[in-house]
Amino acid sequence: MGKDGMSAVLQVEGLHKSFGGVQAVADVSFAVDAGELLALIGPNGAGKSTCFNMLNGQLAPDDGIVRFEGRDIVGLKPRQIWRLGVGRTFQITATFASLSVRENVQMALYSHAGRLRSLLGRFGRAFTAEADALLGQVGMLDQAERPCGVLAYGDLKRVELAMALANQPRLLLMDEPTAGMAPKERVALMELAARLARAQKVAVLFTEHDMDVVFSQADRIIVLDRGQLIAGGTPQEVRANPNVQAVYLGSSH
Amino acid sequence: MTFASIIIQLLNGLAAAASLFLVSAGLSLIFGVTRIVNFAHGSLYMLGLYGAYSLIQALGRTPMGFWTSVVLAALAVGLVGVLIEVLILRRIYKAPELFQLLATFAVVLVIKDIALFVWGAEDLVGPRAPGLSTVEILGRRIPTYDLLLIAIGPMVLLAMWLLLTRTRWGALVRAATQDREMVGALGVDQAKLFTSVFFVGAVLAGLGGALQIPREPANLELDLSVIADAFVVTVVGGLGSIGGAFLAAVLIGVAKAFCIGIGTVNWFGAEIVFSKLTLVVEFLIMAIVLVVRPFGLLGKPQAAQRIAADPAPPLTVPSWTFVLIGLALLLVVPIATDRYVTILLTDIFCFALFAVSLHFIMGPAGMVSFGHAAYFGLGAYAAGLLLKRAGLPMEMALVLAPLVAGAFAVVYGWFCVRLSGVYLAMLTLAFAQISWSIVFQWDSFTGGSNGVFGVWPSAWLAGKTTYYYLALAFCGAGIALLWRVLFSPFGYALRAGRDSALRAEAIGIDLRAYQWMAFVLVGALAGLAGAVYAFSKGSISPSTISIAQSTDGLIMVLLGGVETLTGPLAGAAIFTWLRDEVARRTEFWRAVMGLVILAIVLLFPQGLVGGLKALTQRWREARSWEKTV
Repeated sequence: MGKDGMSAVLQVEGLHKSFGGVQAVADVSFAVDAGELLALIGPNGAGKSTCFNMLNGQLAPDDGIVRFEGRDIVGLKPRQIWRLGVGRTFQITATFASLSVRENVQMALYSHAGRLRSLLGRFGRAFTAEADALLGQVGMLDQAERPCGVLAYGDLKRVELAMALANQPRLLLMDEPTAGMAPKERVALMELAARLARAQKVAVLFTEHDMDVVFSQADRIIVLDRGQLIAGGTPQEVRANPNVQAVYLGSSH
Repeated sequence: MTFASIIIQLLNGLAAAASLFLVSAGLSLIFGVTRIVNFAHGSLYMLGLYGAYSLIQALGRTPMGFWTSVVLAALAVGLVGVLIEVLILRRIYKAPELFQLLATFAVVLVIKDIALFVWGAEDLVGPRAPGLSTVEILGRRIPTYDLLLIAIGPMVLLAMWLLLTRTRWGALVRAATQDREMVGALGVDQAKLFTSVFFVGAVLAGLGGALQIPREPANLELDLSVIADAFVVTVVGGLGSIGGAFLAAVLIGVAKAFCIGIGTVNWFGAEIVFSKLTLVVEFLIMAIVLVVRPFGLLGKPQAAQRIAADPAPPLTVPSWTFVLIGLALLLVVPIATDRYVTILLTDIFCFALFAVSLHFIMGPAGMVSFGHAAYFGLGAYAAGLLLKRAGLPMEMALVLAPLVAGAFAVVYGWFCVRLSGVYLAMLTLAFAQISWSIVFQWDSFTGGSNGVFGVWPSAWLAGKTTYYYLALAFCGAGIALLWRVLFSPFGYALRAGRDSALRAEAIGIDLRAYQWMAFVLVGALAGLAGAVYAFSKGSISPSTISIAQSTDGLIMVLLGGVETLTGPLAGAAIFTWLRDEVARRTEFWRAVMGLVILAIVLLFPQGLVGGLKALTQRWREARSWEKTV
């Protein structure tokens, strides 16, 4: 698995993390290219979220290298990693409930432009067109004025996607992007994310439980089990892999 | 210090730690299960002390009478706790958590006046424990009672541990502390559980108080000073950890005892009065612990929790017509009314700015402060001391005072923004208490308990009407500035951080830096309010920094409603006016205020302005529904 590492947007080598003697992630290496959608799958407790949180700076790995566009980003804070050009969506949506949908996206735009420190200007006057363009892309423009606190869950996921795209990231990390959504919405949302990512040549790494979403949208899939990568390749290859079948279907190794 | 005196101080400290532990354990227990920060916990301690005093008088100064009294006092306080839970708190468990806090403030006020009514304003010195004399340790005489207290601490710790780990009730308490909803979903009778937890927590507080009867006179200031100590112990030990509370109580008790024991020391010609540094030492311990272990000695990082759990509604800008009409009315007041109204309104302006600055930090910025009076009081003192000690002109003192308060906010805020939720709130209170104790004890510089006199404005501003306009201009400008900042990119970033710290960080916002800056801004403006207030009164007393002043601010904000911009204005006006009216009519104005607040809490759980908004909303909906029908 893994393509030519040198040109990869994200390159992970030998990632390790243990919690009090339990190896959560052991020697994980992979890479994601621009415009590529890589799915990270595995049963519950396989270490997907741990892996994910080490990539964006929420957790410090015990060992290993995480390179974004060739630069080692281990030890950087989430906000610093974002500034380099890494977008993020959360398993449980995190948006600003008391702000309107448009203001949520504008917040990301203001932050990207370094214009949040002004004490006297009026927030919301700048970046309206940019925010609306992003909202248009995710199909949320008609709800731009509503506060996020009243939105349906699927719509919040779309707002998050728009926010994640606001700093024109070259890498997008999506932790369970469709969790908590109705089955029909799931494929639609991931299709949308995939379309936007491919159009803008964004590298996407996502974890996902819904296999329909994974196998219909991912370019490549890597499989984590008990902290270790056990398989990787195209959806067809992974589907045919006996190790993966053993993990998911429970037949003996 | 000799070895003997070290041991003696150690024993002294351990004896003091026992009661501190009991109170803090009760506070921690109640918070863990009900998520209510029981501000009235110090009041329960105070009742325990008074109760034991009276019971001993009734039952006689025999060993039997003494110990029966202590136990009965503790149980009686437990029943008071049950009453508070059943009559008040049970009705508002679904209200925002800050409102429950407001209710416990009201209980503090009511209990204080009940104590004043029953026991009077004089300190009451209790008897020594009968039948117990002293023992000689290393050539010094130590009260046997102190040794007994030292033993009681670990005994209660053991009893609590057995209760929590070996009984079904304890299992429920531990489960509810971890996941309240789940325990409810499993069919446990929450009402019964909460009542029993309140009973146990209140008994611990009452026992802590009653046991102090031979060591400490009963007085009316205990309620707030004990709650401040209990907050420090809880923060140092770790919220929800009984063992942590014990450890912290011992640490702080012993450190304080050593300070008192060391007394005055001459170091390189400078005289250091250690016995006056007890609160500073307490603070230093807390600061170190919080920097090294942000969740206390034995506490665990808590799941992200804000004090107000519901998502805040969007803020709306007050309409220009509303603001202009209000301003126009205020401009003609001195012409149209009498001197009394002018003076009352001057007070209200100061408290309005104070309340708006508190609202800024606790509402939109999401950091609840229990000690906002620190900045108000420091601003007032800075103004007074710059005038009297530095000899600056009044105009200069008025302008510089907010900067001094802001400078303190730089230091205090640095620690505070490292915490969140209840921890942060308790830390703010601790800082306010430190500021108070320094001002109170530094006689030679601040005038100690007497305060600073002769803080009058310059001659051209001295007229009540002129000063009214000055207060209106300064406080009005301060409020306008704060409101404006709320709608600036900076203000929006704060609101964003309150809504989701996780998302804010994920889009590149350095939330702590923003929150720190917010602390400094509101600190400076609260300081401005204090400075304007100081010159309007002509004198300053330590009460401007007291916990009571901080809770007044919280009451104003919560009374008006934390979710609206104009709420704090309404709250400040109504509270100041009401207190003035009631205080002129009765000595027991606190109880009246407390009962009024309780009535409001039970009737309008969204605050006055919030409640009115909800009412008009419902009325409009009803009308539009009628139209469609």
